[in-house]
Formats: sequence, C-alpha cells, structure tokens
Amino acid sequence: MPNTFEHLQAAHCENGVTTNLLRSVGVSKMTEPLAFGIGSGLFYIYIPLMKINGGPAIAFRTMPGLIFKRTAQSLGIDVIRKTFNSKEKAQQFLDECIQSGQPVGCQVGVYFLSYFPKEYRFHFNAHNLIVYGKEGDNYLVSDPVMETTTTLTSYELERVRFAKGALAPKGQVYFPKPSTTLVTDDQIRKAIVSGVKRNVRDMLHIPGGIAGVSGIKYTGNKIKKWRDKLGVEKAGLYLAQLVRMQEEIGTGGGGFRFIYGAFLQQAHAFHNDDNLLEISKTFTQSGDMWRNAAIQAAGIYKGRITSQADFDVMGDYLLEISEVEKKAFKELSTIKWQK
Amino acid sequence: MKKDETPQDPSGLNNFTKEVCYAVDESGKYVTQLSSGWEVKSDALGITWDDINKKVEAAKNAVLKGELSPIAYYIELRVMDLTIVSAYTGFWKWTIKRHLKPSIFNKLSNSTLQKYTDLFEVSIEQLKNISLNA
Repeated sequence: MPNTFEHLQAAHCENGVTTNLLRSVGVSKMTEPLAFGIGSGLFYIYIPLMKINGGPAIAFRTMPGLIFKRTAQSLGIDVIRKTFNSKEKAQQFLDECIQSGQPVGCQVGVYFLSYFPKEYRFHFNAHNLIVYGKEGDNYLVSDPVMETTTTLTSYELERVRFAKGALAPKGQVYFPKPSTTLVTDDQIRKAIVSGVKRNVRDMLHIPGGIAGVSGIKYTGNKIKKWRDKLGVEKAGLYLAQLVRMQEEIGTGGGGFRFIYGAFLQQAHAFHNDDNLLEISKTFTQSGDMWRNAAIQAAGIYKGRITSQADFDVMGDYLLEISEVEKKAFKELSTIKWQK
Repeated sequence: MKKDETPQDPSGLNNFTKEVCYAVDESGKYVTQLSSGWEVKSDALGITWDDINKKVEAAKNAVLKGELSPIAYYIELRVMDLTIVSAYTGFWKWTIKRHLKPSIFNKLSNSTLQKYTDLFEVSIEQLKNISLNA
C-alpha cells in the first residue's frame, strides 16, 4: 500500500479532513483557512425551542459536511460519498479504499471515541477523521484536531461510525475522486470568490432573524432575559453552552472568526486587493470581542457577577458584535473581484 | 488574538493534545499557535459536568428509594436521554419510559436487559444493582 498520507493538525475537524484529503489528491496549496473560506464555513444560528444537552442550540459554523462538499466542488473535484445500512459492507468498502491507497474521510460520533478524554465525550455525531491505513486489526487514523496520528481497532471504529442519535453518521465515508488534472491557481481564485459571496449571503440575507448577523443580535437580546426567565444557575449553564460552542476544541478561537481572518489574508495572495487585509482586521476584532464576551459569561457562570446589569453587558457584547460583523460582510460584498 | 496572548492554561486536553489556535503575530500576519487550554472554557466544561453529576446523583437517590428503575441512573451516568437510548436499543421511547418503573423493570427478560447492558457497558448484575457499579 502506498502510504504517503501526510497528517496536518487543524483547528477544526472538517476543515482538517478537507485540507488533508484535498492535499492527498494533489491540491498542494490547500490550507485550513482556505478550505474554511471556500466552503463558506463561517456562520451563526440560534435555533429557538430546540435544545442540545438541555441548553440552547447555537452554532458558529455551517452545517456539518458542507465545508468539504463546497470546497471540493468549487475546485471542480468530484466527491464520492456513501452511507451504509450494513456494518459489514461499511467495513468492506473502507478496507478496499485504503488497500488501493485512498485515504478516506469518516463521519463519527465522539461518545465512544476511545482516544478522546472523557470530559469531551458527549453524544455528538458530526466529528470527522481520516482513515489512511490498516495494520492487523488496527486502523491508522488521522484525527485533524490531534497533534499526531492514532489508531482504532476495527470494533472501536465500527462503533463510532455507527453511533446513533441526532446526525447519526450511518457509516458515512467520503473522499475526493482522484483526477489527473491539477487544480490551477485560477480555479482557487474563482473558488475564493464564490466562497465569500455565499458567506455574505448566509450572514446577511437569511430571512427569519435567527441566523447570520441578525441571529447574533437575537441571541444578545435573549441573553438579557435569561436571568429572569431561567434563574441565575440555569442561565449560567446556557452561557457555558454558548462559550463551549464558541471556543471548544475545533474553532481556532473566537467562534471561527480568527480562522476567517486568516482566510482573508490568504485570499489576498490570490486577489491582490488590500481591502481583504483591512476586512481581515475587522474579523480579528470580532473574534476578540467574542472572547471578551466569553470572559464576561465566565464571570456569570462562575458566580462572580450575577446581577441583571451583568447579563445586560453580556447581551450588549453580542449586539455590538452583530454590528461589527454586519459591517465586515457588507464591505466584503462590495469588493471588485478580479476576473 | 495576538500570538503571544494565546492562552496556555491547564485543561482536560492535557496529556491528550494541544489545540491549534489562529492568532496574529507582531507584523499582523495570521499564524497558528498551539494552546494547552483556556480557563474560561475549562470552566464552561466544568460547570456542565457539575450539572451532569448532579443529575446522576439525583437519579441514584431516586433508584435507591425505589422510585425509578436502575435504567434511569445509567441514562444519566452515560449522558444519554430517551432519544439516544431509543436509537441504540431500538425500543420506543414509551417502552423505555415503562422500563423506568421498578415494578416493570423487575419483570424484564434477560434478553431485554441485555440491550441495556450492551449500551451502558455493564453486567446484568451491575444493571440490577447500581451499587455494584464502581
């Protein structure tokens, strides 16, 4: 088996899998920020009435699976994606792929992921990793959030590939179809444009007021009511959930805003427009504001500051962030892209 | 975030991995920097687990008082809910709710119990007697 797979650590699992899989088919310029930006990964949504682990349903990134799909397709690369009803067939397909030297992206649940620390093992089914080889009963695993590669036995891998519940992976595997034509700089340049445009749409123009920059504002206003509605303790748990979605392993810090800032800098290398560098700074500012908001939230959930005024400060942070990001995306929408 | 301000606090990730953060260097250029953790989010995770442990303790007391079957305890201990247990065992949610009643639990066949023991990773003895679960 030609074992040339290169493991690069990433902040976020799907970015990392996308980057490493695309590099494995020869897109050597692919980086995590480019994958995230071309895949229009930056997002915000607060889904009212829905609960995750008893707390608010908040996401700082787009739907699982979309980053890989959009990034590959924008570069003209076909994607193979399969789910399975049978565990045997799922394993057989995986074995055939890696025998032919094809590294494979797998969607997995983290609850039974044996190498994860226990504190991180929730019933979350949209983690991604790459299987790139097999030695005896051990699969060679590249988990992008880890510094080094690891292994899983066939039983352990089957268990996480067939985790159950919301977003059950059903053994899902995916990889770019190997192609003989190389991706050109021009293709990357165009993919950056479509990625930014789609992200402008997602952050500015989704109706309903719960997604994009208006979703951030909506959350800010909600937070101000949490203390009365839920009581200090539960409101603290809700804020902790917000902070975990924003900062926990995989976001690169600041709810993915720093990765997006890095993307705009890298985009500048393909589109020589200095506005990109300026707008990148605005995303750095936004990421820093998210982190300041997290510090305020921590004061509340640690019980140091619990008055209504403290909740108002917390809510106002989000209102302010909403304005900053609205401005940044409006500026992005006015960029004159090179043809 | 500035590169040299990337937090390096102790966290649950120690001895597992450091995580990649994106931050700007002195010249304003984005670089990646490894972080061992950040107190703010370790605390967020910490109070989340405190809350889970409280629920486990409450379920344990309810089981010991005979108000609920041991399944209620293991659901909390394994951070599950009815939807997740239903997805893994194949039982309907209302069936699981019935199994939470001690009187009905005590009459369950071994093959039914086995579905739960597989999911909770305990023996039938541990399922029936939660004090055996270390």
